[in-house]
Amino acid sequence: MRTIGLFLLVGVLILLTGMFQSWNVALGIVNMGLISAILALGVNMQWGYAGLFNVGVMGFVALGGLAAVLVGMPPVEGAWAAGGGRIILALAFGAAVLAGAIYLYKRMTPGAVRTLSLLALLVVGFVVYRRLFDGAVEAVEAVDPALTGYLGGLGLPILFAWPVGALLAAGAAWVIGKTALGLRSDYLAIATLGIAEIVIAVLKNEDWLSRGVKNVIGLPRPVPYEVDLQQDPGFVEQAASFGLDPVVASSMAVKLGYTALFLAVLVVVMWMAQAALASPWGRMMRAIRDNETAAEAMGKDVTRRHLQIFILGSAVCGLAGAMMTTLDGQLTPSSYQPLRFTFLVWVMVIVGGSGNNFGAVLGGMLIWFLWVQVEPLGLMLMQLLSSGLPEGSALKAHLLESAAHMRLFTMGLVLLIVLRFAPRGLIPER
Amino acid sequence: MDFLNGLVTLLNFVVIPATAYGAQLAIGALGVTLVYGILRFSNFAHGDTMAFGTMAVILVTWGLQALGVDLGPVPTALLALPFGILITVGLVLVTDRWVYRFYRVKKVPPVLLVIVSMGVMFVYNGLTRLIIGPDDQRFDDGARFLISARDFKTWSGLDEGLALRTSQAITIVTAVAVVAALFWFLNRTRTGKSMRAFSDNEDLALLSGISPERVVAITWVIVAALACVAGTLYGLDKSFKPFTYFQLLLPIFAAAIVGGLGSPLGAIAGGFVIAYSEVILTYAWKKVLVYWLPESLEPEGLVQLLSTDYKFAVSFAILVIVLLFRPTGLFRGKAL
Repeated sequence: MRTIGLFLLVGVLILLTGMFQSWNVALGIVNMGLISAILALGVNMQWGYAGLFNVGVMGFVALGGLAAVLVGMPPVEGAWAAGGGRIILALAFGAAVLAGAIYLYKRMTPGAVRTLSLLALLVVGFVVYRRLFDGAVEAVEAVDPALTGYLGGLGLPILFAWPVGALLAAGAAWVIGKTALGLRSDYLAIATLGIAEIVIAVLKNEDWLSRGVKNVIGLPRPVPYEVDLQQDPGFVEQAASFGLDPVVASSMAVKLGYTALFLAVLVVVMWMAQAALASPWGRMMRAIRDNETAAEAMGKDVTRRHLQIFILGSAVCGLAGAMMTTLDGQLTPSSYQPLRFTFLVWVMVIVGGSGNNFGAVLGGMLIWFLWVQVEPLGLMLMQLLSSGLPEGSALKAHLLESAAHMRLFTMGLVLLIVLRFAPRGLIPER
Repeated sequence: MDFLNGLVTLLNFVVIPATAYGAQLAIGALGVTLVYGILRFSNFAHGDTMAFGTMAVILVTWGLQALGVDLGPVPTALLALPFGILITVGLVLVTDRWVYRFYRVKKVPPVLLVIVSMGVMFVYNGLTRLIIGPDDQRFDDGARFLISARDFKTWSGLDEGLALRTSQAITIVTAVAVVAALFWFLNRTRTGKSMRAFSDNEDLALLSGISPERVVAITWVIVAALACVAGTLYGLDKSFKPFTYFQLLLPIFAAAIVGGLGSPLGAIAGGFVIAYSEVILTYAWKKVLVYWLPESLEPEGLVQLLSTDYKFAVSFAILVIVLLFRPTGLFRGKAL
């Protein structure tokens, strides 16, 4: 009952936005809300099912975004000829050196000989790697830097990027999980925080891969372009029959197309998440979360299960990241901010109700709505507060200007209030 | 002569900046490690506490400057620092009273407190941005250099200059003073000893009549003061931008963990380990090597191991190595 009521409430809020602001804004909120819901589902798997504290959501989202570029963009022919093969070779060589180092570490007996040979291998490997890599990168980045200057992607339909984004994120999660799981829960938090910053640093600096801060724009779309719709007489006629201007109608049609795609993904992910939660596997996960020692005594491999769920949850975040970049149509590495992409998702999960998938979806939609709407509300509040002040006073200008920063403050307050007075969230776990 | 030139370059571009940065990280990590030792959670709001404290110092500095007060060659911010500390202490104590105490009384698992500190982080971050805005602020006044590169060159007759900025000298002096005071307090005073006892074994400390609320309050006061000092020193040395302070969270946590969470000595060692590694790995060594290597071996490139944008990767890599091989940290903190 409560669940249905709360979802209806979010629906009404969005309808009100549509009526009082514009239907375009409302649809925009719905689309990002759906992606947020998927993100929240991913984090909820990790935190709600297993009690893992992942604060690197941003990194997995960005990896998903990278996947969209690597799959969707057409390959840059000149760049591949200039040094694409050599970059791949260099990366493979680097990986081989690392693998060799791990092999040496495991096989040789501990002692000075092992340390020295490890050091020698790593130093020589690093020098050779840089020799191979630097030249190739220079060559690739020199190819028409104003337009390309990177390797491009595979030129496949962009929808393929979504599962690839999930795979990339899963790979990163495997590396982190191998290192930090099995230690204190805080360590996983710090490790994920670190990997997220590193992923963003890579996206910003490795121009050959993602064009860095020059951004990749004009990603192909899974839905038609507005301009094409506006020139399609059939569409214009249909829009007119609804009494809509073709420009508005085309932008709404595109957004609705995205909504349908995202909704389909959300339903599939939700169905899988619910099925997993209800299965013996889900019960085992909750048992581990509630009492690790007891679960271990029952013969459950806690660290392995944690690794499994950590990878699954991160993959869902990567999927959502690829969807988000598809929706934006561009990859802008500098737009990834931890407060927005990591901590906001946490607010969604906690407010919605950790451990409950419906709660996560609700939290995703509701908090995204608040995130968008707090800014105009904050501006109204500030105008009200400063209305008594004389026109042109410095304080008034400052108050109005700072309204934009009300968001973070409000989100923190919402999180603290929910944690205090409804620690199990709006839709508690059953 | 070449050797000396190389040495001076090394001092100027690696040792001095890394020492100043290390001191700032160490004071930051001390705050994190104290919260961890006494209150037993990782405080994600520490970076933003630093930002808030620095903001308070900046506002007081502007006030003092408007009144025409200045300290000559020393930045006015030092005069504003005590006021900034008072404001930060007030904020943190109010936060503890309104937010953390509720959970402490209920004895919730530590990871929940981490999430609570995340909410506090949002609120502090929002407050800082509401009051001073998200932009860069420079509040460094007074003499810029204690030793300027040109003076050094004329004095020594070397080709390379050695510069010591006032902010760097102040950072190092303040850090030594703060650390000495903290250790004197923890090791010699009754209150400090009760804090350490509380950190070692809470139940035993309670049995011997130590008041937990008092210990916690004193811890917060010290942590707030440390955060404010660390933030102000960092801001004087570089510049103040709220987002940078949030990002400092990673090297600070890395420093605390590398040293061993809960161990004050470890936090200091960790701070310097992280700072030196960051600077050494991201410095372009060509400038030093041209002096030290024979001409035939002179490097072509910059000999920069990593681009400076990857400095977070350095703290992270060290963190991972320590976690893999010595999860309790260099100084055997309490974590595992």
